Amino acid sequence: MSLVNFTAREITCKIVYYGPGRSGKTTNLHYVYERVPETRRGRMVSLATQTDRTLFFDFLPIDLGQISGFSTRFQLYTVPGQVYYNATRRLVLQGADGVVFVGDSQARQLDENIESLQNLQSNLLEHGVDVRTMPLVMQYNKQDLPRELILTPADLDDALNFRSVPSFPADALHGRGVFETLKGISELVLKKLATGSPAA
Amino acid sequence: MTTTLNPRFTFETFVVGAANRLAVTAGRTVAENPGSAYNPLFIYSGSGLGKTHVLMAVGHAAKAIAAQLNIEYLTLDEYVEAFHAAIAAGQGDAFRRRFQNVDVLLVDDVQFLTNRKEMQAELLRLTEALQQSGHQIVLASDRPPAEIADLDERLISRFSGGLVVDMGIPDYETRVAILRRKAEERGSSFQPGVLETVAKLEYPNVRELMGALNRLIAFQAVNDMPINEEAARKVLGIPGTGDEGRGKGAPPPATPASSGDEFSQFLSDVTVTVGKAVEAWRARVAEAVMRWEGEGYRTGRLEKLLEQETPAAVDDAIAAYVQDVERLKALETEVAVLDPQAAGEKVFRDPDHMDQAEAAAAKVRAGAAPPPAPSGAFPFDSFVVGDSNDVARNAARDVISKPGKKYNPLVIVGRSGLGKTHLLNAIGLELAKKKNAVVACLSTQQFVDELIAAIDGNRVDWWRARYRRATALLLDDIQLLAGKERTQEELFNLFNQLVDADRQLIFTAPAHPNTLEGLEERIVSRLEGGLVAEISDPDKELRRNVLERLLTNQRVPIEPALLDYLADRPIDSVRSLTGIVQRVVEAAAAQDAPVTAGLARDVLEGAPPPRRTTGLRTSGIVVSSAGGVRSREKMVWDWPASGDRVIEDLR
Repeated sequence: MSLVNFTAREITCKIVYYGPGRSGKTTNLHYVYERVPETRRGRMVSLATQTDRTLFFDFLPIDLGQISGFSTRFQLYTVPGQVYYNATRRLVLQGADGVVFVGDSQARQLDENIESLQNLQSNLLEHGVDVRTMPLVMQYNKQDLPRELILTPADLDDALNFRSVPSFPADALHGRGVFETLKGISELVLKKLATGSPAA
Repeated sequence: MTTTLNPRFTFETFVVGAANRLAVTAGRTVAENPGSAYNPLFIYSGSGLGKTHVLMAVGHAAKAIAAQLNIEYLTLDEYVEAFHAAIAAGQGDAFRRRFQNVDVLLVDDVQFLTNRKEMQAELLRLTEALQQSGHQIVLASDRPPAEIADLDERLISRFSGGLVVDMGIPDYETRVAILRRKAEERGSSFQPGVLETVAKLEYPNVRELMGALNRLIAFQAVNDMPINEEAARKVLGIPGTGDEGRGKGAPPPATPASSGDEFSQFLSDVTVTVGKAVEAWRARVAEAVMRWEGEGYRTGRLEKLLEQETPAAVDDAIAAYVQDVERLKALETEVAVLDPQAAGEKVFRDPDHMDQAEAAAAKVRAGAAPPPAPSGAFPFDSFVVGDSNDVARNAARDVISKPGKKYNPLVIVGRSGLGKTHLLNAIGLELAKKKNAVVACLSTQQFVDELIAAIDGNRVDWWRARYRRATALLLDDIQLLAGKERTQEELFNLFNQLVDADRQLIFTAPAHPNTLEGLEERIVSRLEGGLVAEISDPDKELRRNVLERLLTNQRVPIEPALLDYLADRPIDSVRSLTGIVQRVVEAAAAQDAPVTAGLARDVLEGAPPPRRTTGLRTSGIVVSSAGGVRSREKMVWDWPASGDRVIEDLR
């Protein structure tokens, strides 16, 4: 997928929400969906199991309208977090312009977070993309949980954010940090567009 | 009936942003070249985004460039009203004529064509008429042509056939710029951040943005104290936004941001980012593409820029492109003068292949049929000199050594057959030897004929250009200009141009210019302004010199008696002398006798030479033994004297 189609004067950003199962990726998308005026959003496609776990992926297209003469669209995807859906994850990652890594702030989920990050790295590599060149932000979700259960953003940065990418504490269920995260990744993606090197 | 243009609605007062830049560029282009760039130009946008402003600005700009243009602005309703009134008064035709004579017609609110079949037909007719006569039509609507309900297909295709541009909601920066300008216009100033706060709100149009500004201005005036950012929010009913978490380890937002305005906030942030990231250079490139494409130039080079990931020196690239286009325009203009047909070639519209355009222009330049050159049959050293033509010959020498400086023009006068044409061509040949010389040497009759052909072929400019290139213009028998008014006019202009540029002019005439009839005074006075050099009847010395040369050329041994006899013959021109020699030489050849004074006397005074059945004819054409024509120029020279010819014809 190309980020910018100059012939049609279109900008299309594909942003993938990545992370371990139950970290809150779909919750992020739901919150965004609720806040986008009806005219601006497409149908949110969500394939979920009865227990509300993403089976395939979520897809939320957002039409930002004409921005600086470009008709600008964001496509937000989530990947299924469960380990055994790796093929789907790889598929969704294809052509991503940016990745939001939604981490679970709970201390006991730290290993899952690390495993998922490694999985992200290897899946990107499968597509021939070096994770260091991919616009990436971290979101530390569930910061609303009792302090004794979670790690602080600073701790999580130490544990997960090796590249020192922008990171956002969040409570996706209530919306805190959701748009900040989206804005953060958007800036990275668009800046990358400006500096030239094409996104994968 | 028509609304006058609001003087405030000009391009200068219109705040241009990415969302309306294309419309403004197109509008400006149309104002600069009404009827040629985009016709019709169809502008659409939601209400309150500046359609009317741009429409009127086109009118103002077109008027500023060409004050004589007939420009009309009216809304569709006004048009309909006028039409109905005209029909009611039985003035339908007058109504149509009136609008067909408008140079730039600006029609607003075209969307009201819905359900007005008869007006659609009328507007279709008008659009066609205006387009055909090269008049500009600019339309504005709140939606694109295809979305105007119930609109005739033909109108849709007409409207879409020119350029359809939309004007979007201005982006954040444009909104700030608009607010600043409007606040300034109203003499209000705000604390930093206030206008930016207003601009961040996503008002659907500029009018509502102005409404918000008005509220702030009013609030500030009532409270007599400067409004701050927070107060502005309250006045406009915007909830405060939380801090934005950003960067590694940023503190969590103080309050969860949960308002529905989050998306707007996000949108304006993204807009700013996109604006910073993408648009600046791409918009400029896109504008350039649109503009030059509209003028018919190929824009491949610019489009390639758009495809590039890394914009390197975009402005330089655009500037270089524009420079190339300017060069192409110059080349095309130049070529159009030399060869109007060649000017239409595609190479002059393709800045990507400048070398081809330059080559094509060079080809036209070189191939622009050079003016007729002097005849090689009259070398300067074969011009025989005597007292009778000494003045002319010396003048010729001076002219050759200092063309354009010494005697300009040089007018050689003398009766027919004294060698004026020879001298003229001889000077021409010498002048042509100089570097970069373009010597035009021709008879006045040919000059006249060429002009007539040029007028006929609509190539007068090309014809003029040919002669303007000449470094010297030599015209034989200038008296033939008599009565040729247009040629005299052209020559007069050419004369002045060439003299101003120190180019040499030489003419021949049978008598002094002021005695020539049918020549305009201004031509005569200019001919007299240089040197009028007369060649008189050949003196004896000249005749002897000419005879010596003629006989030598004929390989006749020169006997003093023969020379004396021939030189004393009662002849009045060198041409007659040549005729005599010719006849004698031929007679000798026929009789197989040497050329002697006696033979010459027999030939010229005694019995006519016996008729030959084969071999050389005496018509004057010298036929070599090989059967070829030795000298074309002899064709005219060698006619026998008229008395002799009559006798010959009788035979």
